[in-house]
Amino acid sequence: MVSTAKDPVLAVLSLSGGNDGLNTVIPRNNGYYRDFRPTIGVPEDQILPINDDLGFHPTMAPLMKFWEAGQLAVFVGIGYPTPSYSHFRSMDIWHTCEPEIIGTEGWLGRAAKLMDPTSENVLTSVNFGRGLPRALVMEGVPVASVGNLETYGLLTGIDGEAQRNDALDVFGRMYSPAIGSGPVLDYIHSTGTDALKGADILATAPDKYTSNVEYSNTVIGGYMKNIAQTHLANFGTRVLYTTSPYNGFDSHANQAQANAALWTDVSNTVDTFFTDLRDHDASDNVTLLLFSEFGRRVADNGSGTDHGAASVAFAVGEHVKGGVYGMYPSMAPAEQEVGGNLAFNLDFRSVYSTILEDWFNLEAEPIVNGNFERVKFFNT
Amino acid sequence: MADQDIALVAHLMRRAGFGASRDEIEAKAAHGYDNVVNELLNPAGGLDEDILMRYNPAYYEPGAIEVNTQLWVYRMINSPNQLQEKVALFWHMIFCAGHSKIDSGQEMGIMVNMFREHGMGSFRDLLYRLSTNPGMMYYLDNTESHKANLNENYGRELLELFSLGVGMDEAFNYSEDDVKVCARAFTGWNVAPSYPPFPHGRSPWVFRFDPADHDDSEKTFLGETGPLNGDDIINIICKQPATARFLARHLYNFFVADEPQIPAWRLTPPRDVEAIQILEQAYFDNDYSIKAMLEALFTSEFFKDESVRYQKVKNPAEMVISLLRMVGEHKEIKPGLFELSQEPKYMGQDLMNPPTVEGWHTGREWIDSGTLVERINFAAELLGNTELDGVRGLVDRLMSRGDSLTPEQFVEGCLDMTGPVQVTADTHAQLVAHASQEGNLSHGSDDERATFTRRTGEMFQMIAATAEFQFE
Repeated sequence: MVSTAKDPVLAVLSLSGGNDGLNTVIPRNNGYYRDFRPTIGVPEDQILPINDDLGFHPTMAPLMKFWEAGQLAVFVGIGYPTPSYSHFRSMDIWHTCEPEIIGTEGWLGRAAKLMDPTSENVLTSVNFGRGLPRALVMEGVPVASVGNLETYGLLTGIDGEAQRNDALDVFGRMYSPAIGSGPVLDYIHSTGTDALKGADILATAPDKYTSNVEYSNTVIGGYMKNIAQTHLANFGTRVLYTTSPYNGFDSHANQAQANAALWTDVSNTVDTFFTDLRDHDASDNVTLLLFSEFGRRVADNGSGTDHGAASVAFAVGEHVKGGVYGMYPSMAPAEQEVGGNLAFNLDFRSVYSTILEDWFNLEAEPIVNGNFERVKFFNT
Repeated sequence: MADQDIALVAHLMRRAGFGASRDEIEAKAAHGYDNVVNELLNPAGGLDEDILMRYNPAYYEPGAIEVNTQLWVYRMINSPNQLQEKVALFWHMIFCAGHSKIDSGQEMGIMVNMFREHGMGSFRDLLYRLSTNPGMMYYLDNTESHKANLNENYGRELLELFSLGVGMDEAFNYSEDDVKVCARAFTGWNVAPSYPPFPHGRSPWVFRFDPADHDDSEKTFLGETGPLNGDDIINIICKQPATARFLARHLYNFFVADEPQIPAWRLTPPRDVEAIQILEQAYFDNDYSIKAMLEALFTSEFFKDESVRYQKVKNPAEMVISLLRMVGEHKEIKPGLFELSQEPKYMGQDLMNPPTVEGWHTGREWIDSGTLVERINFAAELLGNTELDGVRGLVDRLMSRGDSLTPEQFVEGCLDMTGPVQVTADTHAQLVAHASQEGNLSHGSDDERATFTRRTGEMFQMIAATAEFQFE
């Protein structure tokens, strides 16, 4: 269990589309890498070494200082048994921790329920992006899902502040508990009241926020800024979640250019985000998790890579114990998964269990549906 | 024309379709309720697909899932055969298969087209088409079920979720042995290996029966014995009272009023027992015809009764499509259709990608704090936009009700124009109190017209934000 001055917070940046682990954390001295990646392999002199065997993609230079400061955990060979190559299904498995059956509850939804059993705070979890990721879904757990924090709220289409405030007053009264209106209408009234409360509180975040840093003008930059704004506004939010543009990492073609742009953005944004939090003396209690639903095929297809299995993930934060966790999967043809993929050796649920137990101080087993050995990547 | 005729036809169009513009509702009410039902049940003409595809070739047999959902959304908005589109959605929400596993937008499009074309025919025919639909066979692992190595997934879901249901009147409808036999009877119902996608792109999957992989031994299913094959199983299923009950409850739940969630049906009796009996009778009297069941439903007193109006929480597709139809937007293919086709997903219904084979949980479970904000804002922004032709038309109609409207008349008028929507006395009082702040409305001068228009747009937004507007 890590000790933080304020309640621990988890921020998640989900890399949608299946990030190519092999070109992110590169087995730079492995001959197979050159054999299997003739077109999209990164030249050796450009790779940023992190140890004797591995190195980061050159666009990840902004992450090197986290690595050098010992605040970046690198998970390699991460995945789960019998991999699914469907974006949706594999993302669902990461969200629900249910590789065999189709689950409906998210791991962070369950965690939020335990952190705030009576839903006292309607902002215990906040998602940035349209539509709710399954990771946050749990019956009876309110989650605000914010498409645009600057304009978030109810009845945002009403012009004129006075008119809109007036309309929201009426809304508040219409949704106040009514007697005898029936169970479904009652339920909608209380849900609407929660939503209005959450929106009212969240709307104050951008006004409270001042900063010396500039986030990149991208979806990832924008939402990570929103995460910082919400965190800095001290609403008691424990889970802050966002997803990179849908299937952006799905690099079947032109991977070299596309992924370089994406990783430049992700790396810069992570750096900006933590600089921002540090400037406000609010970085101590935040851990950031980056993951993707799967990796890519070992062999490139001439300009990109197809859906694969094991990949890489990262955790960043001041309490994170930097290092490489898991074993880099063998690229030897005989040791690849069926279909030419990397075999996993680190179950993602081990990483989740560590976050739940060591960071949130929650019992992991009922949340991740099993007992998974923790990866000790926090300074406890 | 009597107001109750308009209210009744509006109710019919909300349920048997995705609502309608005010003009359309009034024209249909003048045409007569029974005639409208008749036309809904006997679709003729339809969208001009030829013109549509000539101008928009990207929509011809599309491969990408995003294009398939866009095309479906376009059809729901614009098809004159509204019941056909509604029935396609009905089956998609029961015969659940999703892109998450099938991973072929084309196959999802083909499956929904099948529901559209055959969804009102004989249930026996529909089950046969479902059991030979390559997407479904793959989704429920029948492609992995072999004579020597049985996979029970399709066999079980066919009985539990697609036809008999777990039980009724507290008893169970089938045994575990029936599940196994059902699965054995469907061995060999498979998908032919597909052609490589290069150089001509993906080709549709093709169903193939493989006699060598079919278990043709003698089996007993629901008391009947023989070397049963899949079509024998379908015939036996269709004869069962449980199947009639299952379909009747589903139709009632979708078209009339929210029933409890499906897993509760074995123990929880129907909300309206007599209505269910009428529908069951129509099923057996008409050779398992879905159309006959729908005809019995829409012409029944239980459907027309005022007590079932606004008793269903709108599903996200209904919320989105009915608003577009009300305000007359996206009558042609134009930019913005992709974003629009994603709106139901933001509200919790990712079309062509249900969360599991059990489908979406309906009724009040559509609503949570995230989806409610999406629903309210989407509705308020469309209805409050007085620059849209359809909304402008509603404002003009309100003006034509008199030179001056009191706040009460104004609220009544706005509720009527947007439904007619039924609200509780509390909500009504809040809306009137709000309208009273600015007093009576008139529209003699340009200034007055501008104020009238602004206030109407605001009132429409308030109505869109009510809890009552979540129902249909």
